[in-house]
Amino acid sequence: MPTPVLELREITKSYDASTVLKGVSLAVEPGQIHALVGENGAGKSTLMNILFGMPVIRDTGGFNGTIVLDGREVRWNSPADAMRAGLGMVHQEFMLIPGFTVAENIKLNREPTRPTPLSRVFGPRLEALDRARMRADARAALDRVGLGVDEWLPMAGMPVGHMQFVEIAREVDKHNLKLLIFDEPTAVLAESEAAQLLEVMRSLAKQGLGILFITHRLDEVLAVADAITVLRDGEVVARLDPKSTSIERIAELMVGRAATVRHPGAGRAAGTHEPALQVSHLAVDMPGEQVRDVSFTLARGEILGLAGLAGHGKVGIANGLMGMYPARGTVTKNGRPFRLNDPSGAIRMGLAFVSEDRRGVGILPDESIELNIALTALQAQGRFLLPGPIPALRLLDRAAMRRHARVEIERLDIRCTGPQQHVRRLSGGNQQKVCLARATTLEPDVLLVSEPTRGIDVGAKHRIVELLRALNREQGLSILVTSSELAELRAIADRIAIVYQGEIATVLPPDASDREFGLAMAGGALEPTRG
Amino acid sequence: MADAALEPVGPRPTAGGALRAAVREIGVPRLLIALFLAVLLGIAVATKMDMPSLLTDCLLRIGRNGLLVLALLPAVQGGVGLNFGLPLGIICGLLGCVIALNANLTGWTALGAASGLGVAFAIPAGLGYGWLLNRTRGQEMMVGTYLGFAVVSMMSIFWTMAPFTNPQLVWAIAGHGLRTTLTLAGFWDKVLDNLWAVNVGGVHVPTGTLLVFALGCVIVGLFFRTRAGLMIAAARSNPRFARAAGISDEATRIQATLISTVIAAVGIVVFCQSYGFVQLYTAPLLMAFPAVACLLIGGATVSRATLTHVIVGTLLFQSILTVALPVTSQVIQGDFTETARLIIQNGMILYALTRREDR
Repeated sequence: MPTPVLELREITKSYDASTVLKGVSLAVEPGQIHALVGENGAGKSTLMNILFGMPVIRDTGGFNGTIVLDGREVRWNSPADAMRAGLGMVHQEFMLIPGFTVAENIKLNREPTRPTPLSRVFGPRLEALDRARMRADARAALDRVGLGVDEWLPMAGMPVGHMQFVEIAREVDKHNLKLLIFDEPTAVLAESEAAQLLEVMRSLAKQGLGILFITHRLDEVLAVADAITVLRDGEVVARLDPKSTSIERIAELMVGRAATVRHPGAGRAAGTHEPALQVSHLAVDMPGEQVRDVSFTLARGEILGLAGLAGHGKVGIANGLMGMYPARGTVTKNGRPFRLNDPSGAIRMGLAFVSEDRRGVGILPDESIELNIALTALQAQGRFLLPGPIPALRLLDRAAMRRHARVEIERLDIRCTGPQQHVRRLSGGNQQKVCLARATTLEPDVLLVSEPTRGIDVGAKHRIVELLRALNREQGLSILVTSSELAELRAIADRIAIVYQGEIATVLPPDASDREFGLAMAGGALEPTRG
Repeated sequence: MADAALEPVGPRPTAGGALRAAVREIGVPRLLIALFLAVLLGIAVATKMDMPSLLTDCLLRIGRNGLLVLALLPAVQGGVGLNFGLPLGIICGLLGCVIALNANLTGWTALGAASGLGVAFAIPAGLGYGWLLNRTRGQEMMVGTYLGFAVVSMMSIFWTMAPFTNPQLVWAIAGHGLRTTLTLAGFWDKVLDNLWAVNVGGVHVPTGTLLVFALGCVIVGLFFRTRAGLMIAAARSNPRFARAAGISDEATRIQATLISTVIAAVGIVVFCQSYGFVQLYTAPLLMAFPAVACLLIGGATVSRATLTHVIVGTLLFQSILTVALPVTSQVIQGDFTETARLIIQNGMILYALTRREDR
């Protein structure tokens, strides 16, 4: 057995109190394509941050365990150290300069140079670029990745697929490259390009490079990987040989949770009620979360869950309905046509939205709790205002606003010093409660909630899930919950729609098996069910 | 992540800590400026200067400049930063003044006509300016400055060519083209200054002008508690939150710019009435800078300003300008005021731009 080019031994990392990586070990041999798979939040990005010596790791208390590169134990202080030592990374987002040519991008900061009269006097910084060699090197690198594009073309305006290959060519051109990491490289590629990329990976591996391949697409894993490591909740749950495993098995391992939460509302027949919201052929242009063609029906009094991996568009659906991003399609609410791309219209139609981006969209951090809770109702419905002749110039009814805030603080158990405290000073969970209070103040009949418990502690999580359930049971609110936490959806939703590549792949009952969920999220369920 | 942890439980307040907290609350620059003012006043008293007339001048300048400083507030609240394009509104007000003068209006009628016309010009100007600022997001202050310069220069041509006929306004020899400085004596000179003016121990209080400033503050204060005002502030505070609530932040930014321009137009009419002259041509060119300095000395930042900042800033800055001239001319040979004004004014603007972050 050859010496591994990279070995991670017992890597453990905690942020504050929560442990995100627990004793993760893995080894990549030269010429091997090693696939690392796992759900969102399984710890893949943290592992990469550690591997690249990202400052965020040191700032949060460092990590335990050792990294061994080519038989030598290493510890890097910055990504630059890691790259010098022979690590390369092909990013999900491109790190290319649009105004530069392909060759300039490939050789950036590593340009071959010739001495000039000036450089003899003032030092090597004034050496001239050796354009001929730059061109030759770039050509060689492009040929290795099989991209036939002219190396003197500008980067700007190139198709996404080409950018991806230039990015790979840049890494390949580094002469001491030992290990190349692909982070979701095929996420932005068309199918034929993805196939070509896998081909490039194979040929690079043949040349003796170690490759670490991070992806959600399990079919690709089986197609190219020599070894598979499955990460779940920060632990290595399995090391598999692709020859003797199946997509179903990997999916099950990725998703499977030790304790499956029983669905409390199970048995309640969903869909017997009339529809509250009917969505057909919705497309939303939300960067990074494109929705291509989604149709579903939210029944009155139902909790419908939206699940799926990051980047597949589940988050875009609620944002599109609320007019946060350009949307197309036909939507009716209680049988009446619903206008898209009109946020205040959506609110008037009885929708309320708790955004996944709590800090960015959910709150006014430097305003009081009371104003945060009241503001949307004040704007869209003219509530909390004193009577006056001109609607726009009606004065704020501070007493009513404060009374309402006190009620909500009590009801949601918002831990604060009083209604006038600024929301910035609250913890994440309490900020989320303020967001929920603002949404329910609108007295909606359809509530869209995205990532309701992301980044908040267990106690507040529980409280918020309980609140959603109560709103649904006691007030008959129809709720569309978008969440990356499948366990949470399975605990509260009546049905769960799985979003894959901007479309609904299938709709599953909350008590469907882990395997079914895992498969659907990884694109295994090919027969789309329109719910 | 503890859910309950809210206010940090700090050490018990000590005398030193309380002092530090007070300093932080008031702000070091404001404290220094206030101390400087106190020293100047101390010297004035010690050298037995004519205190009543000094205080009279202070009050006059505060009333005169107050509205121009207040005009900046809606722009900051609306998220377009410090309105260096103030000359735009000022030009609108001046246009109103000149038309009223040309029609030989006097007294209250003239004042009303000048402000009314100023507002009428300021509304389309403010809308256009707001539109422009929406297209140059992130560079509002730079764009405002250049817009002000451009408009002032353009209007300089207009003043020479405009068909004004009143012989008291146009150049005596040429017979056309407005003079650089038009006197208001005999038209509406000091109508507000003299309204309900009282004399307190030798200090002449320009009640009417101060009341107009106060009224302006009250109206703006109330406006920011109305639905429209709250929306402007919310869109500034978090544009994406605003969008989710159905507020267009492009619209609120235009509203804020419009209000700022309109107040500036009225502000310059009040200024001229108190000053006694209408100054044309390049006079409005640099008028935004002292107003901006006032607001910043009051404690405002590029992204946050309150009525308190407007009032305190106007009080401090204008008082210093008034007191510094006679006092320094006693102590130092030559005129130091203009230099001091430029140092304080531009130093304050620079200082404020370095602390761009919220709070």
